[in-house]
Amino acid sequence: MRNKITDNNMKLEFISKSNNEAFARISVAAFVSQLDPTIEELSDIKTAVSEAVTNSIVHGYEEKQGIVTIICKIHENEIFIQVSDNGKGIENIEMAKQPLYTTKPNLERSGMGFTIMESFMDELNIESILGIGTKVTMRKKIKQTEDDEDIPVTLEEALRG
Amino acid sequence: MQMNYYEKDKLLIFKIMEEIDEFSVKELRRKADYEIERFMPREVIFDFDCVTFMDSAGIGMIIGRYKQVGIIGGVTEVANLSNSVKRIFRMSGMLKIIPEIDLKERLKDIESKENSKEVINL
Ligand SMILES: Nc1ncnc2c1ncn2[C@@H]1O[C@H](COP(=O)(O)OP(=O)(O)OP(=O)(O)O)[C@@H](O)[C@H]1O
Ligand SMILES: [Mg+2]
Repeated sequence: MRNKITDNNMKLEFISKSNNEAFARISVAAFVSQLDPTIEELSDIKTAVSEAVTNSIVHGYEEKQGIVTIICKIHENEIFIQVSDNGKGIENIEMAKQPLYTTKPNLERSGMGFTIMESFMDELNIESILGIGTKVTMRKKIKQTEDDEDIPVTLEEALRG
Repeated sequence: MQMNYYEKDKLLIFKIMEEIDEFSVKELRRKADYEIERFMPREVIFDFDCVTFMDSAGIGMIIGRYKQVGIIGGVTEVANLSNSVKRIFRMSGMLKIIPEIDLKERLKDIESKENSKEVINL
């Protein structure tokens, strides 16, 4: 068994280009891997991060370039992930959270991003101010495996997937 | 213009070789549309066997191709979905219009008929 890490955090900043999406989700996955998540938990986290980062890039900044910030915190067996942008903001958060709701249907968007974040993570919180930006905070408890019961994911596996 | 009636059922299989996200989807879309227009299939199957990651961008991409294929009178199906891909597709309700099929069985079935088949890596 690895040494148990109780508290840790990291911050990631990158420009709003969609080719940074893979970098963002893989970095977060590598950071989370210190909690020994299962492959499924890791895959859920990667998907949720990808959704939030994509939203900042395509809706927050649209064609403009800006900075996307990710802050990750580990507290005991929980991971907190905050993805924020200084983009255009969301007019109606309740509406934006509805499944299949999208403001860009012409670009083959399905409007499922927030629904996926909500169901893949334990908690989702959205704060947004028009013209100022959007902050998406997610929380997920990583089940502490009874040692050999579930195979933990190694860093190499986290980076490969 | 004369309508094109196919004497054979043309099947086009796209084997997706990449992680599917907002970035990769642009190229996947472009390549798939090009092949659909060229081959004019009656049936298109997207094979997810090699897909290790997908987010919501995949839903829009598949529904978009389903529409393209629909215009030329073809059907679209998906195969070899991982649990996480399946969950995402289910959530969107997409599998009701674009069903998941057993690709191995489908291919066995084809061998006995005179279909024309093409497999393209995306
Ligand atoms: N960071 C953001 N800045 C501004 N608007 C946002 C942001 N994130 C989401 N939105 C708004 O909320 C809507 C819903 O977001 P959601 O991720 O659920 O769907 P989508 O991005 O439109 O489609 P999909 O995620 O399925 O590709 C978006 O269409 C957009 O209008
Ligand atoms: Mg989205």
